[in-house]
Amino acid sequence: MTKTVTDVVCPFCGTLCDDLEVSVTDDGKQILDVYNACAIGAEKFLHSQAKDRITRPRLQQPDGTWKDISYDEAADYTAKMLAGAKKPLMYGWSSVNCEAQSVGNEIAETCRACVDNTAAVCHGTTLIAVQDIGLPTCTLGEVKNRADTIIFWGCNPCHAHPRHMSRYSIFPRGFFTGKGHKSRKLVVVDPRVTDTAKMADMHLQVTQGQDYELLNAFRVAIRNEWLPDVVAGIPKEKIIEAVTMMKAGRFGIIFFGMGVTQSLGKNHNIDEAIAVTKDLNEYTKFSIMPMRGHYNVTGSGEVLAWQFGYPYSVDLTRGFPRYNPGDTSSIDLLNRGEIDAAFVIGSDPGAHFPISAVKKISQVNSVCVDPHITPTSGVSKLHVPVAFNGVETGGNAYRMDNVPIDCRKVVDAPEGMLTDEQFLVMVRDRVKKLKGVA
Amino acid sequence: MAKITLNLISGRTIHQGVAMEGGKEKDLYRKAAGIIEMDDSDFKKLGCWKNTNVRVTSPYGTVIVKAQETSQGPHPGVGFIPMGPWANQIVNPNTYSTGMPTFKGVPVEVEVAMDQPIILGVELVQKACRGEL
Repeated sequence: MTKTVTDVVCPFCGTLCDDLEVSVTDDGKQILDVYNACAIGAEKFLHSQAKDRITRPRLQQPDGTWKDISYDEAADYTAKMLAGAKKPLMYGWSSVNCEAQSVGNEIAETCRACVDNTAAVCHGTTLIAVQDIGLPTCTLGEVKNRADTIIFWGCNPCHAHPRHMSRYSIFPRGFFTGKGHKSRKLVVVDPRVTDTAKMADMHLQVTQGQDYELLNAFRVAIRNEWLPDVVAGIPKEKIIEAVTMMKAGRFGIIFFGMGVTQSLGKNHNIDEAIAVTKDLNEYTKFSIMPMRGHYNVTGSGEVLAWQFGYPYSVDLTRGFPRYNPGDTSSIDLLNRGEIDAAFVIGSDPGAHFPISAVKKISQVNSVCVDPHITPTSGVSKLHVPVAFNGVETGGNAYRMDNVPIDCRKVVDAPEGMLTDEQFLVMVRDRVKKLKGVA
Repeated sequence: MAKITLNLISGRTIHQGVAMEGGKEKDLYRKAAGIIEMDDSDFKKLGCWKNTNVRVTSPYGTVIVKAQETSQGPHPGVGFIPMGPWANQIVNPNTYSTGMPTFKGVPVEVEVAMDQPIILGVELVQKACRGEL
């Protein structure tokens, strides 16, 4: 016999789908199947059941082999490393629940560490732009019920947020959008003809790296001013047509992704996208929302902001929080070789940082807290496997529209395994003893 | 042997996402992310068959990946490597004081490297860190 756990929250992307159903064995120890999830979400649940999973902390030996140690020994090693370091980096936090993030921040404050989350390689530049000029945004519920003009700019939800379109932005029949996708217009701006672009009413195949120019042309077109014949590879007639479509809607939204945050221009691209949104509000209701990647990267930003005042790239080395992306951000700290210890949790910089930064992690004392074997764990001195958040433990997470949702525990973790939070509490208590803090 | 110049971008694909969750040490991850998606016209310029191993070199590094025909094109002149250790061997690490490396818009050269192996993800990063590449 099996039983079904309903209303499960998916801990993969920022869409944070909360309608999954997971069938488990009667004793609640094993996942059998996952329903309603996308391919990536389902794989996340099913991979937690892998027979070759690492279940105990392991220390890398000089010859590259691994030696199993206990969680107590792992916590001792981590606490000594963090307490003894002059400028430790505590990076990741985006696949970790808010409760654990808060414990981590306590450790960071005690050790005077630099704390950063995966916004560093994702929507960090968005956060800078939001601090520059604000963010007229809304919730995904409002998108579902009201939005009739959807713009995907530099993002490809078909691949990166596979259920975003079916749950919120294109297909659902909302209160004022009763005809589903028939009542919505879709514009996609992307240098490739992505699978999302293939569905669009209009695809603007912008020249890669010229998003700023095109966004600026949108602002000019909104004001009915003179435009050159072609901007960023797009003929002016098409720009005017797109803007006319955007002005004609009753409620529009721009979703944007890595295409604008990671291309040259960076935060200024987002500045301009937000300014387009502001300008469109002279004619109709328009919102803008970043397509956040990790399931709780938004939560990490929230927790850091309410505890230290800044959403990422926080430097506590002087005993008080400082924030200056470019100076206090992980990639720059690593590339400049300023870090003397690296603590990585709930993310994989080994796979997703430029290799020059990864090399710097491999050259210092390092701890990787992650249920998977990853390139980061492969180059770390200590690998601490933990329970899967959102699968083997619950906890709070923030959706991409800043709505907090409590995740559900579906099955037990393998016997003897700790959660992130439990391990962090062990480290925190040891760090406080080493530092002589009560 | 011919060389072509492309503008490289990296990003998510659903295959890369599934393979990543399935285990980054596995072969499936290499098959999903150890690739470069190129336009048909660029294959013709390079003069190579589809699914051939190629060496991609940027001012920041070099890596061997499999050249595949893009499924999300046409995009002549643009190369796409899914986000991951292969792309990150060659992306531009400069943040220009924003904290964000330049993952998209890196000029690269592509040349055929039929006899060169594509290294597994975890191993690739370990070797790069040990200076064995």
